[in-house]
Amino acid sequence: MDINDVPQEDSSTYAKNKKAIYAKSENGEISIVGSTGWNVEETATKLALEDLESSAHEAYCEVKKGIKSPLFYYMFKERMDLQLLAETSGFFKWTISRDFKPEVFKKISDKRLSVYAEVLGITIENLKVLEDINYECN
Amino acid sequence: MNVTEFKHSHSAHCESGVMVSLLRHYGLNLSEPMIFGLSSALTFAYLPFIKIGGMPLVAYRNLPKSIIKNIQKNLKIKMKLETFSSKEKGEARLDELLSEGKVTGAQTSVYWLPYFPPEMRFHFNAHNLVIYAKESDNYLISDPVFEHSVKSDKASLSKARFAKGMMAPKGLLYYPTFVPQNIDLQPIIIKTMKKTAKAMLNTPVPISGLKAIKYLAKSILKLESKDEKYAKLYLGHIVRMQEEIGTGGAGFRYIYASFLQESSTLFNNDSTLQEASTMMLEVGDKWREFALLIAKAIKSKKPIDFTSISNMLMSISDEEAKVYTKMLEFTGK
Repeated sequence: MDINDVPQEDSSTYAKNKKAIYAKSENGEISIVGSTGWNVEETATKLALEDLESSAHEAYCEVKKGIKSPLFYYMFKERMDLQLLAETSGFFKWTISRDFKPEVFKKISDKRLSVYAEVLGITIENLKVLEDINYECN
Repeated sequence: MNVTEFKHSHSAHCESGVMVSLLRHYGLNLSEPMIFGLSSALTFAYLPFIKIGGMPLVAYRNLPKSIIKNIQKNLKIKMKLETFSSKEKGEARLDELLSEGKVTGAQTSVYWLPYFPPEMRFHFNAHNLVIYAKESDNYLISDPVFEHSVKSDKASLSKARFAKGMMAPKGLLYYPTFVPQNIDLQPIIIKTMKKTAKAMLNTPVPISGLKAIKYLAKSILKLESKDEKYAKLYLGHIVRMQEEIGTGGAGFRYIYASFLQESSTLFNNDSTLQEASTMMLEVGDKWREFALLIAKAIKSKKPIDFTSISNMLMSISDEEAKVYTKMLEFTGK
């Protein structure tokens, strides 16, 4: 790629940062150029972000309806899934799935709650209740 | 320590970037492409049985930490790598090193670093950065994928250093304890280049090397029977691994082209290496076209043409094979 072809497309996903790309300058030397973004990359990143966002949204509504515990929503909100939560908490998947049930979640120990809170980076108090955000639920 | 003593530089990739600044700080000047090439970091891997966020592992470079380890081995540098059994011990050791004026590399998760834009925060545990000083409760950080140096508060940095899960950093800190002077790069270039070329051409199992590119191409054909949302996420995932995660463009192919070019100058402008560099740059352009084709498919409302995307990847594998064959023609004489 030539230096003049390095995309400068102000990708929103770069949040005003620049990324280092290697390209060929006029004298033939390949070196670093800062890029403000590339639409192609932005499309791929946004698709992944939208998928995470929609998982969190769906989970939010299920918690609101009382089908799932707040843990289920916060897992997606913190960009995790069951596999990642199992790896980071050290709990078995099936025991985590059980904690997704509101009636089980109400009774879990503070010790177990504190592990979840730690890996999700929120407080135990916050983990216990569904936060109030403007998600539309059908 | 006077904080201005440390020089930040903007790199394409975190691990090679950290090694560039660490080695320069401790007295050895090498470019990022040199570090990348001399650690035989270029590869291609496709491991469908390892899932991350529901997606298969696709990688354009070698395993995390392999740059640190291979540079150490190939350049006969002595590095100290320290991991910790607890957060408290890791925090204390970092402060101790900084108070002695030692600049140190660190492995972290990306997700908990406060200076990362939210759009870029994912649970990836093998990020690398340099911590060069402490100012009250803030750590001064040279993160190679950022244009300028950055800061992190203590709690966030600790959380990032001690994130759990796959490739957990365990607070890893690393720094050179011995850096040789006057390294004869020529034999190391020959050795590491051949290693990369052979690994790409000859790996018998199709999970790494050129065969893995073809294996991935075949997997794209199978997306035809999957639902469209999954197919788009799968294709988008390939592009993200190729472009989003600090590869210098085209899944490290451009940075490797730069390594070949710099190597050529170290061998009296050797024409074989110069040709290989030009060819690798062109292969990089093909990877970018491949990414463009995928982005168009993601955005389009029309059914995805999996065959043409797969075919393109097949042809990239063939084009890349020519570069490695060219690299093997080089004998250094």
